[in-house]
Amino acid sequence: MEYFAIIISAIFVNNILLAQFLGICPFLGVSNKISTATGMSGAVCFVITLATLVTYLINQYLLVPFGLEFLQTIAFILVIASLVQIVEIVLKKISPSLYQALGIFLPLITTNCAVLGVAITVVTKEFTFGGTAHMLNLGQAMVYALATSVGYGIAMILFAGLREHLAGNEVPKPFRGLPIALITVSMMAMAFLGFSGMV
Amino acid sequence: MGKKMSLILDGFVKNNPTFVLVLGMCPTLATTTSAINGLEMGLATLFVLVLSNIAISLLAPIVPDKVHIPVYIVVIATFVTVLQLVMQAYTPGAYTTLGLFIPLIVVNCIVLGRAEAFANKNGVLDSALDGLGVGLGFTLSLTVIGIIREILGSGSVFGWKFIPGDGILAFVMAPGAFLVLGYLMVLFNKYLKK
Repeated sequence: MEYFAIIISAIFVNNILLAQFLGICPFLGVSNKISTATGMSGAVCFVITLATLVTYLINQYLLVPFGLEFLQTIAFILVIASLVQIVEIVLKKISPSLYQALGIFLPLITTNCAVLGVAITVVTKEFTFGGTAHMLNLGQAMVYALATSVGYGIAMILFAGLREHLAGNEVPKPFRGLPIALITVSMMAMAFLGFSGMV
Repeated sequence: MGKKMSLILDGFVKNNPTFVLVLGMCPTLATTTSAINGLEMGLATLFVLVLSNIAISLLAPIVPDKVHIPVYIVVIATFVTVLQLVMQAYTPGAYTTLGLFIPLIVVNCIVLGRAEAFANKNGVLDSALDGLGVGLGFTLSLTVIGIIREILGSGSVFGWKFIPGDGILAFVMAPGAFLVLGYLMVLFNKYLKK
């Protein structure tokens, strides 16, 4: 039940893009076509889940025992940057087709604040799923990370679909490009507000 | 002197990080629920931007080209950690409100962007001024967005309430952030961009 609450909350109620504003730059940057949006979402999903696992363990078994929590920011960003590099090298070797599909998006993910954001959130924020406020354990942190990145993918692909339609319409000149996209996102965020209070 | 001055002024309109370069959208949208939050976030970014620009302009000649991005990220992350400790000590209120978005300055594209585009090929003074200009431009944009959202959302400016009753709640919440930024960009495109 608790896992269910985490999943619904992370995907819909506190959608990472539309309610928490993390990872907006790539969201606006690569959402012109559904195919690129899908590729980016896949890559983000993969990296967020993996990075959360590694940073959670590092925090738990390296930083906390030695009282080095203040190094979280530096340690996490280094871990994420090297992780992205390793993933890139490994993928190239074992699955060239997946590498082809995710290839160009992987280097961009280091500076995607959604990855660092989720990694920091799961080790610092207290959650209230199931009545009492508590920190997430490893299993819950992984479910949270996975559900959050699924929410990222859903919002991204939905928005790419809307944006493909926008491209074919006559829009007043000052609105062209980003402004009309932002106004569209605003409408989407308004729709997602309808989920609030569900969990 | 004119050249030094224009380094600062460029950050406001010509190189405005929010409306022209469209960088650092996450803190722009998330922390502008009120004017004071926007201002604080802008100043926090300004702090990191100026210091990292200075450090990187000094380090750039001795850093091997192959590893320059990781080195810059570590430099930026160090200053962000300094900022976190300073804010925890002197402005704990702001540190709590801005929360996650303080450590996330590390991945703010503006900071790394200025390091790559300016600080690594210019002198210390010019880089500091560039950081100051872009940082002030960012602070200004965030404060303006914050003022508008605070007026519409809660009928006040910098906490001074002049419209009685509840505001339009949506402007304090997520949709309002996107909407205000979208319309401000429209106005910027129409009147200020040449």
